[in-house]
Amino acid sequence: MSYQGKKNIPKITSDRLLVKGGRIVNDDQSFYADIYMEDGLIKQIGDNLIVPGGVKTIEANGKMVIPGGIDIHTHFQMPYRGTTTVDDFNQGSKAALAGGTTMIVDHVIPEPGCSLLEAFDRWREWADEKACCDYSLHVDITHWNDSVKQEVETLLKEKGVNSFQVYMAYKDFYQMSNSELYEIFTFLGEMGGIVQVHAENGEIIAEEQTRMLEMGITGPEGHVLSRPEELEAEAVFRAITIASQTNCPLYITRVMSKSAADIISQARKKGNVVFGEPITASLGTDGTHYWSKNWAKAASFVTSPPLSPDPTTPDYLNTLLASGDLNVAGSAHCTFSVAQKAIGKDDFTQIPEGVNGVEERMSLIWDKAVVTGKMDENMFVAVTSTNAAKILNLYPRKGRIAVGCDSDLVIWDSDAVRTVTAKTHNSAAEYNIFEGMELRGAPMVVICQGKIVLEDGNLHTVSGSGRFLPCSPFPDFAYKRVKARKQLAVIRAVPRGMYDGPVAEFTPMSRGATPASSARTSPTKQIPVRNLHHSGFSLASSQVMQHGPPADDNPIRPGGRRIVVPPGGRSNITSLS
Amino acid sequence: MSGIGYQGKKNIPRITSDRLLIKGGKIVNDDQSFLADIYIEDGVIKQIGENLIVPGGVKIIDAHGRMVIPGGIDVHTRFQMPDRGMTSADDFYQGTRAALAGGTTMIIDHVVPEPGSSLVAAFNQWREWADGKSCCDYSLHVDITEWHKGLQEEMEALVKDHGVNSFLIYLAYKDVFQISDAQMYEVFSVIRDLGAIAQVHAENGDIIAEEQKRILELGITGPEGHVLSRPEEVEAEAVNRAITVANQTNCPLYVTKVMSKSAADVIAQARKKGTVVYGEPISASLGTDGTHYWSKNWAKAAAFITSPPLSPDPTTPDYLNSLLACGDLQVTGSAHCTFNTAQRAVGKDDFSLIPEGTNGTEERMSLIWDKCVVTGKMDENQFVSVTSTNAAKIFNLYPRKGRIAVGSDADLVLWDPDITKIISAKSHNLAVEYNIFEGLEVRGGPLVVISQGKMVLEEGTLHVTEGSGRYVVRKPFPDNVYKRIKARSRLAELRGVPRGLYDGPVCEVTAVTPKVMTPVTSKKSSPVKLSAAQPVRNLHQSGFSLSGAQVDDNLPRRTTQRIVAPPGGRANITSLG
Repeated sequence: MSYQGKKNIPKITSDRLLVKGGRIVNDDQSFYADIYMEDGLIKQIGDNLIVPGGVKTIEANGKMVIPGGIDIHTHFQMPYRGTTTVDDFNQGSKAALAGGTTMIVDHVIPEPGCSLLEAFDRWREWADEKACCDYSLHVDITHWNDSVKQEVETLLKEKGVNSFQVYMAYKDFYQMSNSELYEIFTFLGEMGGIVQVHAENGEIIAEEQTRMLEMGITGPEGHVLSRPEELEAEAVFRAITIASQTNCPLYITRVMSKSAADIISQARKKGNVVFGEPITASLGTDGTHYWSKNWAKAASFVTSPPLSPDPTTPDYLNTLLASGDLNVAGSAHCTFSVAQKAIGKDDFTQIPEGVNGVEERMSLIWDKAVVTGKMDENMFVAVTSTNAAKILNLYPRKGRIAVGCDSDLVIWDSDAVRTVTAKTHNSAAEYNIFEGMELRGAPMVVICQGKIVLEDGNLHTVSGSGRFLPCSPFPDFAYKRVKARKQLAVIRAVPRGMYDGPVAEFTPMSRGATPASSARTSPTKQIPVRNLHHSGFSLASSQVMQHGPPADDNPIRPGGRRIVVPPGGRSNITSLS
Repeated sequence: MSGIGYQGKKNIPRITSDRLLIKGGKIVNDDQSFLADIYIEDGVIKQIGENLIVPGGVKIIDAHGRMVIPGGIDVHTRFQMPDRGMTSADDFYQGTRAALAGGTTMIIDHVVPEPGSSLVAAFNQWREWADGKSCCDYSLHVDITEWHKGLQEEMEALVKDHGVNSFLIYLAYKDVFQISDAQMYEVFSVIRDLGAIAQVHAENGDIIAEEQKRILELGITGPEGHVLSRPEEVEAEAVNRAITVANQTNCPLYVTKVMSKSAADVIAQARKKGTVVYGEPISASLGTDGTHYWSKNWAKAAAFITSPPLSPDPTTPDYLNSLLACGDLQVTGSAHCTFNTAQRAVGKDDFSLIPEGTNGTEERMSLIWDKCVVTGKMDENQFVSVTSTNAAKIFNLYPRKGRIAVGSDADLVLWDPDITKIISAKSHNLAVEYNIFEGLEVRGGPLVVISQGKMVLEEGTLHVTEGSGRYVVRKPFPDNVYKRIKARSRLAELRGVPRGLYDGPVCEVTAVTPKVMTPVTSKKSSPVKLSAAQPVRNLHQSGFSLSGAQVDDNLPRRTTQRIVAPPGGRANITSLG
C-alpha cells in the first residue's frame, strides 16, 4: 500500500465488466438495460450487447443500478492543532466506498497566513498516496489579500479547483468581514468559481460563548446553546445578500437547521443562484444528544453549525431536499477520537468539531427520504450524485450512467436492512452518531473505476488508486444564469447638465461615507458619457414642478433603465439595467 | 424666525387659564369612536360627555360632523441637525410649526452626538435648542454613534435622570457611525437591562461602501448612484441581522425608516415568529418612490436623497401602507430632515456627499389618511393607532399622549376627512425649495389643531409660540414592550448538564495553531440574567463509557432540558429552559 506516484493516469487497463439485468436509475429516468464497461469507462448500454468473451458478468437480477455517490464535503486527514482527524484518506475513502460513494471532494484548509498553493499540494500528496476512490478538492480561503487572490486565480486556472469556501464564523481566526466577503464574491464571480460559505455569525457566537462559560456551562450543551440556529440563518441571509449583490453563485455548506433551510428556499424562490447542502448528520439525527450525561457521547455530536435541538429538523430538511429547495447532500465527515474531543473536556469551545457520515450518507437518505415516499429513486440519484457533479462541472463524467461516463456504479439493494453501529463501521472513530439506527437500503455491489470494490459484503480497496479530478470553472449549472444576468446588469448614469447653482460651505469631516479603503479592482463595465449641453436644472419650481408627475418624469420608469424582474417576479434593484 | 430668545426650562407648563369646549364632535380613539363633548382646562382634558357643566365664558368650538382625534406624534424628526458644519434647513421652530400645520402635536427628535463626544452633553445641547424654539411638546431619542464601555454610564444617566428611553444605533455609515455585530450585541444587552428600546438604522454599511466605490468608478456620480449603491436587499439584510441580535439578547427592537418591501417582509416574518420588533415606515416611503432619483433635474433628484433610499419599485408605497394597515408595521414617522438645494449641492459631483433627508412632518397625517383610510385599507381608529397611539405606547407616553380621555394632554385635532389639498413647495411651511410630494393631491386634513390646550391652527391660520414646547420625560420599561420581554427573561434560564468529570485519555495538542475561538476582547459586563445556579457536578456518578450504547439513549429529550416554543410555535433554542 505504498505511494505509487501520480495518479492522473488510470491504472486500470483490462477490466471488463458486464452488469446484466439491472434497472438503470439516472436522475431523469429509470430503464432496464445491461451495462458493459471497459478500462474504467462505460462502453455500451442496451439489451443483448455484443461483448468480448471471458468478461466478468454480474447478475443484477432486476436490482437498481445507480451512479456511484459523490460526497461533496469531507475532511479526511485534517490537521488540527498538531493532531489529525482519525480517518485519513485511506480509511475515509474506504468507508465511503462501503456506503456506495465512489467519489469524495475534500476541503483543503490552509493555515491563515500560509500559501494556498502549498496547502493544496500537501493535500494532493496525502490524497494521491491514500485515496481509494476518485477525489477533487475545495480550497478554503482563511485569509484574504492580494497574494491570496493571485493564488486563487492559479488554482482556478491551472490546478482544477473551482470552489472555495469562506468562513463567517471563527472570530479572529477564519472569519471574514462583510467587505472581504464582497471582494471575494466579486472576484470569484468574475473568475467562474463557486463560493462556499460556512454560515454562522461568529461575532455573536463569541459573545454567547463568553456568556455561557461565565454561567458555568462548560459541557457540550454549551456548544449548541452558544450557537442558536438563528445565528446560522442570519449568516445565510447575509451571504445571500452579498452573493446577489455581486452576482456570484453561492453554495451553503452544512445546512443544519430549519431556519437556515427556509432562508435558502425563500432566496431560490426570489431567483437567487444559491445551493444548500444538508449533511448526513442534519438529515439523520438531532441536537438533543448534546444533553447526554455521557460526556464523550455528547462531544461526538459537536460540529458547527451544531445539530438543532429541534427533533423535527431532520424530517424537515429531508422534505426540502426532496422538493429541490436543498440540492446536494454531503457528509462533512470529520472524525476525532474521544481522546481528541477531550481536549475540550473543561471548555466546550475547545472541543474539536466534526461528525461522521460518509459511510451512512446514501443509506440514510434512502431510508429517510425514499422509503418514506418523500422522493423517488431518480431524485435520490440527483441529490446523492448528479447535482454535485453538475456543480463541480464533472457532469456527465460523474453522476450519470451513460456511454462514455466513468464506470462508478452501485447496485443498490433497496430491501437490505442494516443497523448502524460503531462496532461494525469502517471509520476509526469510537462513536457513531447514528448508533443503533436501523436503515433500509444499502449497496450490494460497488464498482469504482470499473473495478468491483464491494461484493458480498467484502471490501477490496486499493490505497492510492484514487485519481484527482480537476474541476473547471464556469459550471453551466450555476453560471448560465449568472452570465445572462451580467449582461443585463449594466448600470447607466443619468445624463444631466452640470449643477451650476449655489453650493453650501461644509467642513469635510465625519458623515461623508468614506468608501472602503481596500484597493479592489472593481468590474469596469461601461463609462456613461455626460451630455454637458443639456441641463435640466432650474430653481424655479414651476418649470418641471407642476401638478401631477413633472414633465421629465412622465414615463414613470425613466428611459435610461429597464427593470428586469428576476424569476419569481419580485422587483429587485440589482437587476436594474 | 429666531427672534424670540431662549426662555429657560420648559418643564413647567406655562398655559394657565385656557378653557376650551369642543361640542358635537366624534371622538376617535384607537379602540372606538363615539359622539361626545370635550372640556379642556390648563392644557389637560377635564371632562368628556354630553351636556357638560362648564364655567361661563369658555371658548366653544363647534365640531359637528367632524372627527376629533388625538394629535399626531411624529416619532422621528431631525430638526436643526448638524451635518459637517451645516445645519438642516428646518430648525425646531420651523419644523414644529410645520408639524402643527399638519396635525402633529408632538415630535420626537434624534440627538446625534459626534463620535467621541459625550452623550449627555449632546443631549443637553439639543434640549437647549428645542426649549428655545419648539412650538409643540417634544421628546428626544439619543443616537449611539460609537461604542465603548464608558457610554454605558451615560446611557444609564440619560434613562434615569433625563427621561430618555430609546437609543438608535447605525449599521450603516462605515467608519463614521457604524457599529459591529459584537458591539450591537453589547449595546442591546445594555439597553435591555435599562428597560429602553433599541432603535436601528438598518443597512449593511460594508456592502454600501463597496458599492459606492464601484458606482463612482463606473462614472455614476449623480443621485441615481445613491439608490444604486444601496439596493433594498442591503436594507433587508441589516434588518434581519438586527432582529437576530435582538432575539439573542432579548431586547426590544425598533426599526426606523422602513423603506422597502423586502425590509418590511423581514419584520413581518419576525413578528410572526414572536420577536418583539416594531417597524416605522416614514412619510416618504408611504407616499412616493425612488424613480425620481433618475430625474434629469439634479436638484430635484437630490431632494429625494435619504437613507435607506426610496425604493425604485413603484409598488412599494402601496405595499407598505397595506402592512401598516394590517399591523405588521406599527408606527409612522417622517424622518423629517431637510436640506436646501445649495446644501445638497455639496454632493453635486459625488452622490455619496449629498446630505441625506427628506421632508414629511407636515404631510404625514394627510398622506396616511389619503393612502390608507380613503382607500379602505384601514379605518379611522387604526389611523389613530399608527399616527399617535402606538407611538405613545411604545415610548411610554400613553395615555398622556395618543388618547382622548379625561386626564390626557389636550393635544387634539379636528379632522376633516373631505378636505383636499395639493402639496406644493409654494405653500408648505418648510424652509426648503423642494417638496418630495410636489403636486400630490391628498384628501383629509386638520381643520383645527389644539396643542397644550391652545388653538394653534384655525381657519387655515397658524398661531404658534416659539419656545412653548415642553420636553416630555419618558420612563423606561414601557409595558407595551417590556411585559413580554420580562416574561421571556424568566423563561430563558439555561442550565448545564450535571455529569461526571471526563476521566479518559486526553489528546496532546500544540498551542501553535489555535483553532480556538478568541473570545471578544472587550470587557463587557455580560447580561447577568438569573445567574443560573452553577451546575453542581456529581463526581461519583460518571456516565462515561466507550461502548456506543448509553443509559439515556432511549430518551429522545433529556430530562434536564425543556423546549419552550415561543409564540408562533417555531422551535427556538434561545427558549430552552
